[in-house]
Amino acid sequence: MSVKAKLHYFNGRGRMETIRWLLAVAGVEFEEYFFETREELIKLQQSGVLLFQQVPLVEIDGMNMVQTRAILNYIAAKHNLYGKHLKERALIDMYVEATMDLNDLVMCHPMQPPEGREKNLALIVDKATNRYFPAYEKVLKDHGQDYLVGNQFSRADVQVPETILMMEEMKPDILAKFPLLQGFKARISNNPTIKKFLQPGSQRKSEIEEKMIPQVMKIF
Amino acid sequence: MSGKPKLHYVNGRGRMESIRWLLAAAGVEFEEQFIETKEDLEKLLSDGLLLFQQVPMVEIDGMKMVQTRAILSYIAAKYNLYGKDLKERALIDMYVEGTTDLMGIIMYLPFQPPEAKEKNLALITDKATTRYFPVYEKVLKDQGQDYLVGNHFTWADVHLLEAILMVEEYKSDILSKFPLLQAFKGRISNIPTIKKFLQPGSQRKPPPDEKYIAQVKQIFNI
Repeated sequence: MSVKAKLHYFNGRGRMETIRWLLAVAGVEFEEYFFETREELIKLQQSGVLLFQQVPLVEIDGMNMVQTRAILNYIAAKHNLYGKHLKERALIDMYVEATMDLNDLVMCHPMQPPEGREKNLALIVDKATNRYFPAYEKVLKDHGQDYLVGNQFSRADVQVPETILMMEEMKPDILAKFPLLQGFKARISNNPTIKKFLQPGSQRKSEIEEKMIPQVMKIF
Repeated sequence: MSGKPKLHYVNGRGRMESIRWLLAAAGVEFEEQFIETKEDLEKLLSDGLLLFQQVPMVEIDGMKMVQTRAILSYIAAKYNLYGKDLKERALIDMYVEGTTDLMGIIMYLPFQPPEAKEKNLALITDKATTRYFPVYEKVLKDQGQDYLVGNHFTWADVHLLEAILMVEEYKSDILSKFPLLQAFKGRISNIPTIKKFLQPGSQRKPPPDEKYIAQVKQIFNI
């Protein structure tokens, strides 16, 4: 049982969470190195391992990989989670890029000033329910299959549920109008590696606590 | 039915410009349908052509592709500009994400208030010269090769050239401390498909002007 990847980030979701999900689903064991202060981040920057002075950083297969999408693409391709051919890959890319747009909104939400939070939450919920979830619901409806692309499990079936769960934390009944997504979420949650990742004690990170936000903002 | 890819966007750079560059570099002819009014956009929406109600949208190989990176990845892979194996692909992805971040800052500038102009120019100059260009200069130096990845022409080379030219529009001497990037720029600009794209009359779009900015704000309700 050897560790195949080392993750460098702060102890929270941010841009690293989707990478944790994908590694977990791919069955890749990973270690995490958390930095808690700005000094620690600066030290990492000075060590020369961060190509563009930014995290996430994932040490994997002899590379110091940075840039979230580059890392996700590599893991997905290596572990056969990227479709069987170019056109399936194209669909997967379209679907996951949209989840990343929605994730960015969720990620930036805690950094909104308190006055703007309610409005921002409404905006995120609006986008999820009127722009993104209807598209995925229709995909499932049109082909009637268990997975989003090519009738086989892919990274899209990891990243869309990840986003759904994050949205449910903001609004528990967010899937009320999307019966197929409800079924999809339940099905995917029962996938053994995902089920394990969803249990307490896994390397999945929780929502950021209000009191931690100033500390995190200081780091970056 | 020409079979050529068809691009749906406003008549300007924005998020479509990197796609134009890549198609051109690959020697792929393409058509463009410009969104000129809000009604044009609404028609695309009501016809159900935009998966997430957004552009860019590129009709290609029977698909209506959206999401800029999805489109670029597809084109790169199809036309052999994405490296020969997973590790080359990983490098290309890292480099392209870097130039995407840099060009992303520049893309938003024309939509910032005029008072912020000087500050933003300083920001671009700083990021270009301390974060991004040193990386690519070092890559070229460490390898001593003509291209960024795998000793052959890839998407990373196209994207970096696009970024260099874009920053030079703001500060013409931005490459003064990067001799290898200067040579790289000259070399890549001379590749026949790219040379053609850089000539007047090509489908390359000019930097945003007042008229374009006003049009975009109006169409997209910004």
